[in-house]
Amino acid sequence: MKVDNPSLGRIRVVVCIKQVPGTTEFKINPQTNTLIKEGTESIVNPLDMYALEEGLQLKEQYQGKVAAITMGLPQAAEALKEAIALGVDEAILLSDPAFEGSDTLATSYILAKAIAKLGQFDLIICGRQTMDSDTGQVAPQLAEQLGLPFVSYVSQIEEIREGYMRVQRMVEEGHQVVEMPLPGVISVVKEINVPRLPSLRGLMKSKQARIPVWTAQELGIDMSKVGLSGSPTRIIKLFYPQRARGGELLQGSPESQVNQLVERLRETKII
Amino acid sequence: MLTLKKGEPALNYFLNEQQKTIKGLARRIAEERILPVRAELDEKEEFPWGIMKELADADMFRIFIPVEYQGLGGGCLDLCLVIEELSRACGSVAISYAADALGCLPLLQYGSQEQKKRYLPDIASGKKLTAFALTEATAGSDASGIRTSASHQGGYYVLNGTKQFITNGGEAEIYTVIAMTDPTRGSRGASAFVVEKGTPGFSFGKKEKKMGIRSSATRELIFRDCRVPEENLIGREGTGFIIAMRTVDRSRPGVGAQAVGIAQGALEAAVDYARQRIQFGHPISSFQAVQHMLANMAIELEAARALVYAVARTIDAGAKDFSEEAAMAKVFATDMAMRVTTDAVQIFGGVGYMQDYPIEKMMRDAKITQIYEGTNQVLRNEIALELLKRKARRE
Repeated sequence: MKVDNPSLGRIRVVVCIKQVPGTTEFKINPQTNTLIKEGTESIVNPLDMYALEEGLQLKEQYQGKVAAITMGLPQAAEALKEAIALGVDEAILLSDPAFEGSDTLATSYILAKAIAKLGQFDLIICGRQTMDSDTGQVAPQLAEQLGLPFVSYVSQIEEIREGYMRVQRMVEEGHQVVEMPLPGVISVVKEINVPRLPSLRGLMKSKQARIPVWTAQELGIDMSKVGLSGSPTRIIKLFYPQRARGGELLQGSPESQVNQLVERLRETKII
Repeated sequence: MLTLKKGEPALNYFLNEQQKTIKGLARRIAEERILPVRAELDEKEEFPWGIMKELADADMFRIFIPVEYQGLGGGCLDLCLVIEELSRACGSVAISYAADALGCLPLLQYGSQEQKKRYLPDIASGKKLTAFALTEATAGSDASGIRTSASHQGGYYVLNGTKQFITNGGEAEIYTVIAMTDPTRGSRGASAFVVEKGTPGFSFGKKEKKMGIRSSATRELIFRDCRVPEENLIGREGTGFIIAMRTVDRSRPGVGAQAVGIAQGALEAAVDYARQRIQFGHPISSFQAVQHMLANMAIELEAARALVYAVARTIDAGAKDFSEEAAMAKVFATDMAMRVTTDAVQIFGGVGYMQDYPIEKMMRDAKITQIYEGTNQVLRNEIALELLKRKARRE
C-alpha cells in the first residue's frame, strides 16, 4: 500500500482507538465462542487513552493535527466523541455490516485502507493492546499492511524530526532505544504519559460533533478480506480457565515452619 | 459519556445539559485527581497547584466569566455545582477554586470595561488566580472596622495597612482589596481596588497554620506605601463597602455548596463504613441507632442542597436583592455540614478520629464554613433584621 511522504513541522498523527466494554468480567456465548457484550457500559480502551494523549502532546508541541479512527458498530462514534472532547481535530468511524466478525488481520486491513484515504501523516499511534481481546496484534499488522516500520511498547519519544524518530521501548530487562524512519507505527505503554481529562469546551464541541462514517464501499475494500468469512482466525473455544489453586498449610512450631518454607522455596528455585 | 454513578439520589434538580456536563467533569476531576492526593495535601499544607492546573485545563475557571472575556458565561448555579463536586472529595481544594471566583466577583460586577478586558481573560484561562481582601485584625464580622487606608495622591492611591486571613494570599496574582479612602465617613468611606502581586510596597505576611482546609493558602497582605494606579479603583470612591457586601451576597451560596459537598462526601463514607463494620456479629448499619443517624444526615443534606440550588437559581434569574436568601443558604448548609461530618465521625467510631481515615478531615474542613464569609451568628442577625424590617414596612 502506498503512503505519502511525511512533512514534519506540522506533524500529522493518526491514533487508532477501540471502543471496549468497561469490564473484564464477560459472559461467553458457548455457541458462537464470542463475548457477550450486551448490557455493559462501553469505554475507550484504556491503553488507547495513552495513544491519544501522546498524539495530542505531539500536536501541541509541533502545531500539528491529530486524527482518531476506529472501526466498530455505529455506537463506537461515542468513543470518537470522547477523543474530540480531548482535543483531536478529526474523528472518523469505519463502520459497515460487512466488517462484523473481522479478526485482527481484517481489522488492520480496514484501518490501513482508511489511513491511506486520510492522506499524509507522519505517525500512527496505537495502544499496546485492547482490554477485551488482548491480542496486541492490530498495530504490527497495520504497519505490515502499510509497509511501514513498527516499534511496540514505546514508553517515551526521545526525539522526533522529519523522517526520523528515536524512541524508548519497554522490554523485560529495561529499556531499548530504537531509531526508526517516519512515517511509522508505534504502540505505546501506559508509562509514556498521564492521559488528560476532557475540557468543558471540548465536551461541548464533542456533543455537537457529527462523526463521518466510512463504509466498505467508500474505502474500496476487497470484501473477501473482511468480516467473519474474510478472517483467517478461527476461535475453536472460548472459556474461563479453571482455578485449581490448592494451598498448603505448613504445620509445626514457627521454627520448623520457617525451615519447611525455606526448603520449599529452595526446591522451587525461588531462592 | 460522563454519567453520574448509580446510587445518586433520585431527586431531580432539572439541571440543563451544560450543567450536567459541568457536574460530571468536576466529579471526574475530584475522583481521579483530587481524591488520591487529598490526605497528602492536608498533611503537608501544600497549595494544590497541580490541581489548579487541571481545573484550568478543564476550563473550570471559565465557568463564571462572561463569554466576551473568553469565559463560558455560566451563573451562580454552575459555579455551585463545581464547588460541590470538588468539596465532596476535598473541601480545601474546593475553597482555593471558589476563592478565585470570590476575588473575581468585584471585577465582574463593578469593574470597568477596561478592567475586565485587562484581567478577566487571564482569570478565565486559569493563568492567574485571584483573592478577595476584606478582613483585618480589627474588621471581621464588623467590616466597618477596616483600618487599611488608601489616600489619593496624584494619579495614584497609596495603600497602607494589613489584611488578615486572605484565602489564596501569596498564590494569587490579582487581589481585590477594600480600603478606606475617607476614614471620616465610616463605611461610606471605603473603596475597592485591584492590586497586582509584585506592586512595590505590597508584600505577604505569615502563612496561617489551620485546623482545616489546610492545603489552601491563608495569608496576610501587607501594604506599605503601596502605590496603586488610580485606574485600579473599582467602581467609584466610597462604594467599597457596598461592593464588598454585594460580593459576599453572591458568593455565599458557593460556601453553601462547599458545605453540601463536604457533607455528601462524609455521608457516602459513613454509609460505606456502616455496611462493612461488624459489631455484635452484624454490620453496624443494621442497628437502628445508626440507621436513624444516617437518615437524619441524608434528610438535612438534601434540604440544604435544595435551598442552595434554589438561591443560586434566584440569583441567576436576575434577582436584585438576595442578601437574606444567600445568608439562609450559607447558614443552613454550613450548620448542616458540621452536624453531618460530626455524626459521620461518630459512626466511624474510634477509627473516625484517626488521620488514617478521611472522615476527621471532613469535620475539620466543615468547621470553617460556619465561620468565614459571615459567621452564622452575624448572618442570623441579618436575616432577622430583614424579617423585622419587612414587617415594619407593612405596618
